[in-house]
Amino acid sequence: MKNSEIVKISGLVKKFPMAGGFFTALDKIDLTFGEGEFAGFVGPSGSGKTTMLNIIGSLDTPSEGNAIVLDNDINQLSSHKAALLRRKHLGFIFQTYNLLPVYTVFENVEFPLLLLRMSASQRKKAVLDALEWVGLSDKVKSRPAQLSGGECQRVAIARAMVKKPLLVLADEPTANLDSDNSHHILKTMEKLNKDLLTTFIFATHDDKVIRYLRRKISLRDGKVTADEIVKN
Amino acid sequence: MIRFLFKGLLRDRNRSLLPVLVVTVGVALTVLAHCYITGILRDSIEFTARYSSGHVKIMTRAYAENSDQVPNDLALLGVDELISNVQDDFPDMEFVQRINFGGLLDSPDKYGETKKQGIVSGIAVDLISENTKETERLNLAGALRKGRFPEKPDEVLLSDEFAEKLEVNPGDPVTLISSTMYGGMAVQNFVLAGTIEFGVEFMDRSGMIADITGIQNALDMQDACGEILGFLDNPRYNDEMAMQVEQTFNNKYADPDDQFSPVMSRLKNESLLSGFFEMVDMFSGIIIFVFILAMSIVLWNSGLIGGLRRYGEIGLRLAIGEEKGHIYRSMIGEAVLIGIVGSTIGTLIGLGFSYWLQEAGLDIGGIMKNSKMMMPSVFRANITPPAYYLGFIPGLFSVVLGTMLAGIGIYRRKTASLFKELET
Repeated sequence: MKNSEIVKISGLVKKFPMAGGFFTALDKIDLTFGEGEFAGFVGPSGSGKTTMLNIIGSLDTPSEGNAIVLDNDINQLSSHKAALLRRKHLGFIFQTYNLLPVYTVFENVEFPLLLLRMSASQRKKAVLDALEWVGLSDKVKSRPAQLSGGECQRVAIARAMVKKPLLVLADEPTANLDSDNSHHILKTMEKLNKDLLTTFIFATHDDKVIRYLRRKISLRDGKVTADEIVKN
Repeated sequence: MIRFLFKGLLRDRNRSLLPVLVVTVGVALTVLAHCYITGILRDSIEFTARYSSGHVKIMTRAYAENSDQVPNDLALLGVDELISNVQDDFPDMEFVQRINFGGLLDSPDKYGETKKQGIVSGIAVDLISENTKETERLNLAGALRKGRFPEKPDEVLLSDEFAEKLEVNPGDPVTLISSTMYGGMAVQNFVLAGTIEFGVEFMDRSGMIADITGIQNALDMQDACGEILGFLDNPRYNDEMAMQVEQTFNNKYADPDDQFSPVMSRLKNESLLSGFFEMVDMFSGIIIFVFILAMSIVLWNSGLIGGLRRYGEIGLRLAIGEEKGHIYRSMIGEAVLIGIVGSTIGTLIGLGFSYWLQEAGLDIGGIMKNSKMMMPSVFRANITPPAYYLGFIPGLFSVVLGTMLAGIGIYRRKTASLFKELET
């Protein structure tokens, strides 16, 4: 694993307004993520995991402190530049897959590349490669409705990985999957992490995911309570 | 990207077929309503023009001032020369004599005594001269029920219902009791040539059509008539053209100091019609406006629902880096496409039905039975130039407006909650 910094968070505070004051979702967080990490925020609901991913993913901004993602200060990003950062360098994996039902597997995976204005031949190659990584080369023409939950999530991984992003953010990616499918998905992501050196950051409280993490950052009430390197 | 989105649009029937159907139906109804209302208005005008007012009408000034009473004692004199002159002035128009008359119509029994009697309301038109177009203008051929058309000046047509009331059949004698244009009593025998159905309740109750020469003889109106009706070359009334003719005629012939000088009045200025024109214009405008407004609300709602249905897709597109403006523009592009396709199909369907109604018409005789208005019982649609673009107002603009309003949600959407939203 290389040590070049992908994400650097310092003194990060995130507050949400609520009746009579503010709710502090994240409180003075200092973290750094290097290239090729396979890390995750773990903790119970309401501990700040998703808020953390939102900020790293340029979907939200800190109330205080800094979050530098791929040399971009999230506080300073315009919505245009934030969209550009997500489009070029970030991949997202959601709990509910969010595949577009009217498009085929190929087209779902191709979608992020259209925003990058790649040529049709480049797109085709990239999509077929991504589907091969997740073992769905034979489902190119299938529609999401024809796939199992595990296969849908693999398509979602392929969609996140097709542009070879530097950072993938996954929020509870196995929440809707059974044990076998969860392991299959995690093995796939682990392999991609190793082969492509993509940094993966998870938000999860699923033990199946936690077992695969090589770095486990425990959050509780918006504070980092532990930051451990796990040796498998 | 456009191709990709277009592919999705075609495949997602809820996004394409359904809105297109809604737009199509809305636009078709709008076009049909417009054509039908316009048709009813024009049919009413043409019916009135053919029967009583012409596109322009020449009367004496005194007759015009008392035209409600149909005062034949104030009729035009020297009409043959006058018609010849105005025909020279307006060679594209046709001018015809008309006499409206009333009185009693008596049907005698075999002893010559009164068998039945009824109040008659008649029109005298040129029925028997060689080049007359009056039978065609009054659509008498289609209205003939029994017998034949008059071939001599002393032959008349009665409404079928009136003939039954008088218990007369073609070939039977009838006697008109009226007054001459000089105030004397007029009693003239006629022969019933045939019966007709006017299709207008008021006329069917007591209507009579006689040849102008026969009535001129009966009412002592040689070379005189109550009105001269003028018809423009175009079968549809054109108020601008009629106004030009009216002004030219009145400048040349009308003398404000002579109550027997001829004056011309155009259809729209007829005392009973001027209000009708404005009322019908206003009501047709209101009906079409309300229709367009209602369709606009339906289609706007359809645009809103379309936008809301795609909440998840839009969230995903924002998350993977598509800009809000790009998504908004692509949604509006889709709405424009749906609006154009739906409006075009809807306009074609609306025009198709309107054309059918224009040719076949809709018979509303049953519900007009007790009407005293001179209105046609068969209404036809009328395709006018606005029918070709009117449907695009609700069809295109409303869908786009609905999508634009629905799309405002995209700008208000907080990207911070995308993870949460996309997990539900």
